[in-house]
Amino acid sequence: MSRFLYELIGLSAGVMFILALKGLSHPRTARRGNLLGAAGATIATLAVFFYSSDGELPLNNLGWILGAIAFGLIIGVPAARRVQMTAMPQLVALFNGVGGGAAALVAIVEYLKLGQSASTTVVIATVFTVIVGSTSFSGSIVTFLKLQELMTTRPVVFAGGRFVIAGTLLATLGCAGWVVSSLGTTPLLVLAGLSLAFGILFVLPVGGADVPIVISLLNAFTGLTVAAGGYVLDSTLLIIAGTLVGASGTILTRLMAEAMGRSLFGTLFGAFTAKPQDSSGTGEDRPVKSGSPDDVAILLNYARRVVIVPGFGLAVAQAQHTVRELADLLSAKGVDVAYGIHPVAGRMPGHMNVLLAEANVPYEQLSEMDEVNPTFPQTDVALIIGANDVVNPAAKTTPGCPIYGMPILDVAQAGNVIFLKRSMRPGFAGIENELLFDSKTTLLFGDAKASLTKVVSALKAL
Amino acid sequence: MEAMAIISIFTLSIFVRFEVVSKVSSTLHTPLMSGANAIHGVILVGAIIVADHSDNSLELGLSLVAIVLATINMVGGFVVTDRMLEMFKGKGAKNKGSGDK
Repeated sequence: MSRFLYELIGLSAGVMFILALKGLSHPRTARRGNLLGAAGATIATLAVFFYSSDGELPLNNLGWILGAIAFGLIIGVPAARRVQMTAMPQLVALFNGVGGGAAALVAIVEYLKLGQSASTTVVIATVFTVIVGSTSFSGSIVTFLKLQELMTTRPVVFAGGRFVIAGTLLATLGCAGWVVSSLGTTPLLVLAGLSLAFGILFVLPVGGADVPIVISLLNAFTGLTVAAGGYVLDSTLLIIAGTLVGASGTILTRLMAEAMGRSLFGTLFGAFTAKPQDSSGTGEDRPVKSGSPDDVAILLNYARRVVIVPGFGLAVAQAQHTVRELADLLSAKGVDVAYGIHPVAGRMPGHMNVLLAEANVPYEQLSEMDEVNPTFPQTDVALIIGANDVVNPAAKTTPGCPIYGMPILDVAQAGNVIFLKRSMRPGFAGIENELLFDSKTTLLFGDAKASLTKVVSALKAL
Repeated sequence: MEAMAIISIFTLSIFVRFEVVSKVSSTLHTPLMSGANAIHGVILVGAIIVADHSDNSLELGLSLVAIVLATINMVGGFVVTDRMLEMFKGKGAKNKGSGDK
């Protein structure tokens, strides 16, 4: 294959990626957009096998290359197919991390090969790829651990943490200078190690609620890494694809931060300004009003309008189908039922919509936060199922708490508030919810699915 | 190639800023992120190129690890995005009001 044809295929793949991103931003065309992206990636990958810069085909180490691809497929495809939709955000984080790791490795190998002959700009691009790729890799692993709840979801802040982080960053930059001036192998490996450490330190102080923003940011980082890697390898396609992901990822990060009412700056540099939180977890001893499934059924039965607020607890209990049964039953009794979906319900913007769509909940019943908030004063019952942070009034009333400023669903305006919760444990962000102690609040403890099943049978008996 | 590449990149990324920046419903934030994530998996192309260039076992070993990681990123990313979007199939504006399911 001639260089011209090869570049042309690369350009076509780039155009397909643009159309893919465009398609993905509209509901009707999203799926087609994704398939187009996959097609672009496939032709780009196939083209490499038919073009070699040194002119000899087939590629060296062809067997090894195909074996490695097969191995990647064996790991990646089943993971993507079998993952529970509830665990999907952490899988996306993990995929992003390995992409960053791959880009860093590519740059390291190319650097080892070029050695002293590398031009200064190529070395700078290599250094950038290694720093950002390694940071993205280790940072994504930490976000994975947080989302999988293999480690605490609260911000991890230790005394003097900001000095450690700033020190690591300075050491990383210093080491980058060392690589550029000496062109040695050891400095590059030290640089990779420092960058891995920086990625971990950068993500540790981020609280649970901000994790999706960080994933999106690391995604943009990986995009830029791939673009820089493309410069090192002299590949137009990688430069295009990487820049696209870097640009759209940055924009998406900003949109997400806006939807969550978070300052992007605050999230990014939280690492440098975070102070240890005083956790006021004394709520355990205060009285709450807990009710039986019958009490809940009666409240719902005599309501004119009910707004259901689903949260991650509903997803974990796999209660989507039961909640739909409850909603159908209430609708049949003439109750006006709507679902109030917070933009970040679940673990990521749009995550809850995916989960409810999986349970065939009618799309028309799903109301976004801005639509549903003005209707709460006319709502008799707000039924909150396994959600906490998205209805926590602390976001409005307590400056300085980790979710302060995040828009919330105003369930406190409704006539009655019912929480279905497993326990009094605070939500993902780790903040006490004052609404639980309010006089119009009724709590029904237990697994969301078991509780809902009891409420449904109580409702049928009425 | 330098000048050409840089011009292409700038044109394309400006284009994308106009096309994608426009308001995206929060419903699609997760699939969009996941799709963009899969696209940067094309670093696989780079990994294959360096594997082709490798002349010792260290370089080959590292580039094979890169190929495995990039394949997971690319293929897994597209598959999981498709699964997410599949959930929306046939719902929404298309069959509004018709309770066929």
